[in-house]
Amino acid sequence: MTATAFPTRPATGRSAAWNRLGERLAARAERIANAAVTPLVPADYLDLFHPLRAGADLRARIVSVHPETRDAATIVLKPGRDWAGHVPGQYIRIGIDVDGVRQWRAYSLTHGPRPDGLISITVKAVPDGIVSNHLVHRAKPGTLVHLEQAQGEFVLPPDLAGHKLLFVTAGSGVTPVIGMLRNLFPVTDEGVVGLDKLDPRKGALDIVCVHIAPSRPDSIFLRNLEELGRAGAIDLVARYDDQHGVLDVDVLGELVPDLAERTTYACGPAGLLDALAAHHETNGLGLFTEQFRASTVVVGDGGTVRFEAGGLEIETDAATPILDAAEEAGVLMPSGCRMGICFGCVLPLKEGAVRDLRSGDLIVANPGESDGIQIQTCISAAAGACVIDH
Amino acid sequence: MTIVNEPSLETTDSPIAHLSREDIEAIGEELDAIRAEVIASRGERDAAYIHRVIKTQRYLELGSRAVLLGSMFPPAFIAGTVGLSVAKILDNMEIGHNILHGQWDWMRDPKIHSTTWDWDNAATAEGWKKAHNEEHHTYTNIVGMDNDLGWGLVRVDEEQQWTPRCLIQPALNFVNMLIFQYGIAAYDLKLGDNLRVPKEERSEEFKRQLQGTLTKIRKQATKDYVVHPLLSGPSFATTFAANAIANLVRNVWSHAVIMCGHFPEGVATFELDELPENETRGDWYLRQMIGSANISGSKAMHIMTGNLSHQIEHHIWPDLPSNRYAEVAPRVQAIFEKYGLRYHSAPLPAQVYSAWHKTVRLAFPNGWWETTTKRNLPSQLRLVGKIVKAKGKNRLRMLKELEARAAAR
Repeated sequence: MTATAFPTRPATGRSAAWNRLGERLAARAERIANAAVTPLVPADYLDLFHPLRAGADLRARIVSVHPETRDAATIVLKPGRDWAGHVPGQYIRIGIDVDGVRQWRAYSLTHGPRPDGLISITVKAVPDGIVSNHLVHRAKPGTLVHLEQAQGEFVLPPDLAGHKLLFVTAGSGVTPVIGMLRNLFPVTDEGVVGLDKLDPRKGALDIVCVHIAPSRPDSIFLRNLEELGRAGAIDLVARYDDQHGVLDVDVLGELVPDLAERTTYACGPAGLLDALAAHHETNGLGLFTEQFRASTVVVGDGGTVRFEAGGLEIETDAATPILDAAEEAGVLMPSGCRMGICFGCVLPLKEGAVRDLRSGDLIVANPGESDGIQIQTCISAAAGACVIDH
Repeated sequence: MTIVNEPSLETTDSPIAHLSREDIEAIGEELDAIRAEVIASRGERDAAYIHRVIKTQRYLELGSRAVLLGSMFPPAFIAGTVGLSVAKILDNMEIGHNILHGQWDWMRDPKIHSTTWDWDNAATAEGWKKAHNEEHHTYTNIVGMDNDLGWGLVRVDEEQQWTPRCLIQPALNFVNMLIFQYGIAAYDLKLGDNLRVPKEERSEEFKRQLQGTLTKIRKQATKDYVVHPLLSGPSFATTFAANAIANLVRNVWSHAVIMCGHFPEGVATFELDELPENETRGDWYLRQMIGSANISGSKAMHIMTGNLSHQIEHHIWPDLPSNRYAEVAPRVQAIFEKYGLRYHSAPLPAQVYSAWHKTVRLAFPNGWWETTTKRNLPSQLRLVGKIVKAKGKNRLRMLKELEARAAAR
C-alpha cells in the first residue's frame, strides 16, 4: 500500500515521514522473514494457511460443480484476493492437477462479473479430454486450482441484453467465436442450454453468424455452430467457396439485411479482415477483429530441441508440438490452451527453425541476431536443430 | 571385482560369474518391465504422498521453531530440538534428495521440481545434482571414477591405493560425520582438487560455484544461528544450541544412512578394465544391484532415510518416486534370488557397524590384519611405521610383500 491510495489527503511532511518509516519497517520485516525461512520463502509457509490471500500466486478454490447435462458442468470458483476481474468473452487459464500432473487449459468465463465475487466456467467433456473430463466428472468442491488473470481482447460488450451481433468467421477462425457462443449457449450432448438469453422478455439477444470456408469441413467446431443454428441460438449463414463461389465482402449486406444495426465480430485470415475493415469503414459500421490462421499443416522435418537452461536435449518429429515432446521428457513447460490462442506457452527460440503447425510457415532464428524469437511451443514443431531459452 | 567376506562362487570370486549374457539381458528386461509398470501407474496417490510429506515437514519445522522461541524452558528446548532435527532430516532425505533426483518432475508442479527445488543444507542444489545424480549414479562404485567411494576421504576398497593418510581415516570420517553437510558441499565443489590448482588458474566455473556455496552457507548459518536465536530473545542461547544440535543430528543421521548405501562389507566395487566395453542396460543394472545395500526396518525408518533404505531399488531406478521403492522391493528381491545374487539387506545398526568396520579395516594396508596376531602386534605396528617412512617404489614393494605374506598363509 502506498500513499497514492489516499489521493484526497495531501501528504504533509509528517505523514510522509511516517509513510517512509512504515515502508522501511515493512521492507525490514520482509528481509527478516526471508532470512528466517531460507532456502524457502515466507509464501511457502503462508500458503499452508491462506492460499487465496493477497500477494499469493493467483489461485482459486472450486466452490461448486453444477452438472448442466450428462457431459457438461459449470464450475464455480472463488478466486484469490488478487483477482482483477474480467470482461465477458475473456478467458482464464486454469492449472489443475489431474492424476497428479499439473495441466493448464484455457476456458472462457461463462458469466459477467457476479455480485458474490465468484467466477465460473462451463466445460464440456470432450472425448479423451484429460482436463475437461476431470472437471466435469471428478472435480470436487474445495479443490485448489491455479489461475491466471483473465485475458482476451476479443470480447463482447458487458451488457448483452438487446444487442444485435454479427459474427464473421473464416476457416478455423471459428474457434474463438465458438468460445464466445459456448459461453452464452453451452453445447452439450443433450443440446444447447442457455437459450433463455433469447427470451424477448429478458431483452432478446440476436446473433447472426456468417461462416466462410473453402468447402464444408468436417470439424467439431462447425458441427457446434450448426447445432447452435438448429437450436435457434444463432442464425447461421454458411458460405463455401466450392458451392457458393468466393465471398465478396460487398455482398455482406445482402446476406445480412440488417447489417447496419449489428456490431460485427470477425475472426479469420488477414486478407478477409482487411477487406472487412475497409467495407465497414466505408459504411460507418462497428467492427472487432481477431486474426486467426488456418488448419494444421505437417511438413516433413522434426529435429532436436535443446533447452539452454536445463541443458536437456530431446528428439522430436515433424508432427509433435515442442510443448508435448518437452513435457513427455519431463521438462517443466509453460502451457495454456494448446491450440495457439492464448500465448501461455511462448518461449524464445535462440537458434534453429520451427514450423508453425497451423500454417506450415517456417520460423527461423539466427544465433546472435536477436534475443530469440518468441514462439508458441504448443503449435510449433522442430524443423532441424533448435535451441530454446528455457 | 572385489568382494570381501563373500563365499566364492565356483572357481572365481565374482558374484556374477555364474550369469550368462542372456541372463544379464533378461535381468535388464525384467527390471525394465517393473519400471514401465510403475511409471504407467504414477498418479494422484503418489502426488498426494509427496504433498503430505512436504506439508508435514513444514508444519513440523514451523511448530518446532515456534516452540523454541521459549527454549529457555527445558521441555520446550527438548521438544523443539527433537522436532527441528526430524524436520531437517525430512527436508534433506525424503524430500530434498528425492525431488532433486527428479523423482517428482512428472507432476509438472513448478514448486516441486528438480530444477527449482532447494534444500536446508550447505550444499547447493546445483552442485549436488551434478556430483550425485550425474557422476555417482552413472559411475556407481567404479574405483577411480565414482568419487562417492569414500568421498576421497576414506579408503573403502582394497583396490584403492593405500597411503599413510589412510591410518587416520577413521578419525577423518568421524569428523566428516559431525560436519557432514559441509563435507558434502566441499565434495560437490571437488574442493580438494580445485584448491590444489594455483589461485589464478582456477576455472571461472569453480569460482562461481564456490561463491554460490559460500552464499548458501552464510544464509543457512544466519538463519539457524542469528535470526532464530535473536527472535527468541531471552532464549537466545538455548535456541542457538537447539539449532546446532538439530544440524548435528541431521549430519550424523544422513552420514550413517549414506555410509550404509555402498560401504558395508560385501558390497561389490568395480575396476574400469573389468567392465564390458559397451555396458548394456542389463550390465548397468547388475552393477547397481550388487553395488548397493539396503537397510531393513519399519515404515518410519524408510521415510527418515528418504527411502535410501531401499538403496538397491533407488540405484536401479534413481528417478522413480521414493514411495514406490518399498512396493517393488519384493519383486526386485525375487529377481536377485532367481539369478542367484545376494540382496544385501540388514538392520541399520548392522550396516553402520559393517561400514565402520570397513573404514577401520582398510585404514591399514592390504594383508595387515590377516598377518597380525596378538603376539606379533608390536612388530606389525613397527612394520606399518616402516611402510609409512618408506618412499615411492620402496613403499609399493613393502605393500606387495605384505599382501603376498597374507596370501601365502
